[in-house]
Amino acid sequence: MNSKISFRDVVKTFPLKGATFTALGGVSLDIADQEFVTVVGPSGCGKSTLMSMAAGLQEPDSGSVLVDGTPVSGPGPDRGVIFQQYALFPWLTVRQNVEFGLKLASVPAAERRRRAEQAIALVSLSEFADALPKTLSGGMKQRCAIARAYAVDPQVLLMDEPFGALDALARVQLQDQLLQTWSQEKRTVLFITHDVDEAVYLASRVVVMAARPGRIHRVIDVDLPYPRTEEIRLSTEFRRIRNEVWTSVYHQEAPARSA
Amino acid sequence: MAVITPAEKTATETRQQRPRRSRRRPLVLNAVALAAGVGLWAVVAALGLVEDLPSPTAVAQKAGTMISDGTLASDTWASLRRVFIGYALGVVVAVPVGFLMGWYPMARALIEPYIQFFRTIPPLALIPLAVVLLGIGEVPKIAVIFLASFMACVVSSFQGVIDVDKTLINAARVLGAPDRTIFAKVVVPASTPFILVGMRIGLGASWATVVAAELIGAQEGLGYRMQKASTWFEMDTIFVSLITIGVLGLVMDRLLLLAERRLTGWQERR
Repeated sequence: MNSKISFRDVVKTFPLKGATFTALGGVSLDIADQEFVTVVGPSGCGKSTLMSMAAGLQEPDSGSVLVDGTPVSGPGPDRGVIFQQYALFPWLTVRQNVEFGLKLASVPAAERRRRAEQAIALVSLSEFADALPKTLSGGMKQRCAIARAYAVDPQVLLMDEPFGALDALARVQLQDQLLQTWSQEKRTVLFITHDVDEAVYLASRVVVMAARPGRIHRVIDVDLPYPRTEEIRLSTEFRRIRNEVWTSVYHQEAPARSA
Repeated sequence: MAVITPAEKTATETRQQRPRRSRRRPLVLNAVALAAGVGLWAVVAALGLVEDLPSPTAVAQKAGTMISDGTLASDTWASLRRVFIGYALGVVVAVPVGFLMGWYPMARALIEPYIQFFRTIPPLALIPLAVVLLGIGEVPKIAVIFLASFMACVVSSFQGVIDVDKTLINAARVLGAPDRTIFAKVVVPASTPFILVGMRIGLGASWATVVAAELIGAQEGLGYRMQKASTWFEMDTIFVSLITIGVLGLVMDRLLLLAERRLTGWQERR
């Protein structure tokens, strides 16, 4: 099986007030190359932990996380990460932020500049290339973060509730822009969110998780064509899938006592 | 004091946000307050309300002679030199020590007890000890100033490292940054605002300390001049020294504030 990212029986626990909190209790998931998968679930279901392990920022207690068939052993530029809090370096301009990863990869200056410009154009921030993050709106900051991740040309994009802090309008705009960017430069995307509409609109597959212990509750296929448009967003089929996801997120049967 | 406070406030809180025109008004008010203060002083001196209080004109005349005979310049230079040497040494040692403590938990555990202990002792209280141990030359004065600036600076740079946003470190890490790059490119710039605040506090502490240190066994310096003048009852000389100390302290603080703005203009202010 040629999956890009795979989680195999991943278990992760944290000590919590003397007890053990099971963030993930044996999760298995395969994500195909160039697939756009969203993960949605109640808080405490371990969705962010899942992403963080794919990023290499955390290690599983047992089980394994594979990217391209190789176990993840730490963070690396093959996997771009986009955080909810933008995490732009505030002392660097948009361009310098985008070039940060390229510098680390020792890309020569001219090439670096070209690739940064390309990435900035991809998220329509060219006008603000020399602006400091403090002058940008939340949505623009997140676009800059997306450009920074894209610039190093990762195979995988890991996004942890990236639009969670934005207002509803900016969120919709960024969803469209992300899909547009993704359609131009196809990557494997693992996108964590708590917004059911967002999960359905973006993904070809929605993974619904449950909490205590964190586990996969259901995987729902989204049989809607790309490019996704407003028409799709307002279609009955979209609503049907959205309702299905909603029900499985908000009306999960109580977890088995034995767990 | 009353003159400095409002200026300080407008400088830090309303800069860049208000249009230029309204920025000028506090400056006018500052000047008015200053003139009123000097005027009040002149009236009090002329009426003889405070015994032996020299008049502003007498102090100005004294300042004139102290400038022309070179004593003011040599005293100022002597004090400034002590402050700069002690302060610079303090900052240069404090910043790496603070970084070390913030970055390596082991270094922190080893160093912190000493920092916490010495922090509670005012540097001035160490002057007698410094004189006994190091004699009455330049060394004990500079040592005490060093300690004053070191203490102010080490805590803030340590705090700066501790307070670096974890997601920024993670963001660098996922882009492939090794530890030393994260340190140089993320931790150092992110903690610069803290360090600069520490440097400002340290400079204030150093300046306060030098004057006190000079009260004990010095041959020149602004503090020494005041001490000597008081034994001869030269009130105007004391006033000239006091005003010089105040003005120089203010100028140094403003210079550092300017540097702070230059270096940390990227900060989001809420």
